[in-house]
Amino acid sequence: MSETPVAPATASAARLAQAWAVLQTVLDPEVPVVSVCELGIVRDVQLQGDGVHVVLTPTYSGCPATELIESNVVAALVAAGLGPVNVALQRAPAWTTDWISAEGKTKLRNYGIAPPGPAGQNEAVVMQFMPRQKAPALDCPRCGSSNTERLSAFGSTACKALHRCLACKEPFEHFKPL
Amino acid sequence: MQASIAISSAPNVQYVLRLADSCLILAQRLGEWCGHAPALEEDIALTNMALDLIGQSRALFTRAGQLEGQGRDEDQLAFLRDERDYLNLTLVELPNSLRGARTGRGDFAFTVLRNLVMATLLKQLWQRLLSSSDAELAAIAGKALKESRYHQQHAADWVVRLGDGTEESSRRMQDALNLMWPYVAEMFENDAVDDAAVASGLGPRWADVQEDWLSEVNSVMTSAGLAIPKPSAFRSTGKIGRHSEHMGFILAEMQHLQRAYPGGVW
Repeated sequence: MSETPVAPATASAARLAQAWAVLQTVLDPEVPVVSVCELGIVRDVQLQGDGVHVVLTPTYSGCPATELIESNVVAALVAAGLGPVNVALQRAPAWTTDWISAEGKTKLRNYGIAPPGPAGQNEAVVMQFMPRQKAPALDCPRCGSSNTERLSAFGSTACKALHRCLACKEPFEHFKPL
Repeated sequence: MQASIAISSAPNVQYVLRLADSCLILAQRLGEWCGHAPALEEDIALTNMALDLIGQSRALFTRAGQLEGQGRDEDQLAFLRDERDYLNLTLVELPNSLRGARTGRGDFAFTVLRNLVMATLLKQLWQRLLSSSDAELAAIAGKALKESRYHQQHAADWVVRLGDGTEESSRRMQDALNLMWPYVAEMFENDAVDDAAVASGLGPRWADVQEDWLSEVNSVMTSAGLAIPKPSAFRSTGKIGRHSEHMGFILAEMQHLQRAYPGGVW
């Protein structure tokens, strides 16, 4: 076994990498298949003294999961021996579903939630009446059919809408592009 | 019983509180629909929008507390102020049905019309607040803008569907619009608080968004076949702390627990 002392820079890099690895295991409490990293809400991770400083961005202003995510992040990092942990919330730039990773979107689909398309297009839409008819048909995450319709613009959580598939007759949720 | 706090008369604090209070009190009214909306989907929609508005008001209260510099947090500002220190538009404190205030039963027509004019107002304000000299306020606006856009879409959808629906739905929408309209004028009343916000770069005069607001509201009303009533001389005064008879009841319900059990948490 090598006796070479680990250089401080390498040790820091290793702790930082470990912190990111731990965050990859912290799941969204409302969609417990995607991690906070895949959801794109971890903006930054820095080493701070003996501990870690994490910058999170909230998804929706009133998302009740924000505080739970914050405490789950702290608990996971402390349990991994990386504590003390300090979490800061940063609002700007505002979170967008475009920050959900490709892997995160695949996991959403596999979980039965139609992933969001690009959010950019929403910005240009000034107003659109009767969106129930006009809402674009999404692919059903269960059978893949595009013969679907929107049931409700709002869903079980702030970030989702409710749709149904007319082919397999199953309802499904859509992670709204934001 | 927890004593009340008096808020700063500094115009920047008042400017942020007008926004925060309007979001919070509208959310409180929308929350009353929980379990009572005409359809399950709408029950979920109204409470989702209430949740967004509460989130926005929480961030704004926190900012107002920082600007005030007295060490007050969001809870103290929400739960310990008396009626005269609440600076929301009178429009948002009106019961969900002006006619049915006594029965406590909401009027969905009034609710969707109020949601439309409020979401349109907030969307226009957030849009301009993106360039606020206050970085935190700009950040709050950046998030809230996306939410208000979605709320506006949803409300406009209902206004068109019901306004351009059956004879009865159209009549009830026009009735609700006639009752509501005198209260929208307050949105665009200008005063020293707004002037100071423009001077410091904090944000726009609410009056500055009137033209864009009216153009969007007009286009929805036209599609809905609803006629915008003639302006009246009546002016409500919630933004300067003089409220309707309904406000005290909202605060009593909202603040009771914190007043009776100071500092109580879940």
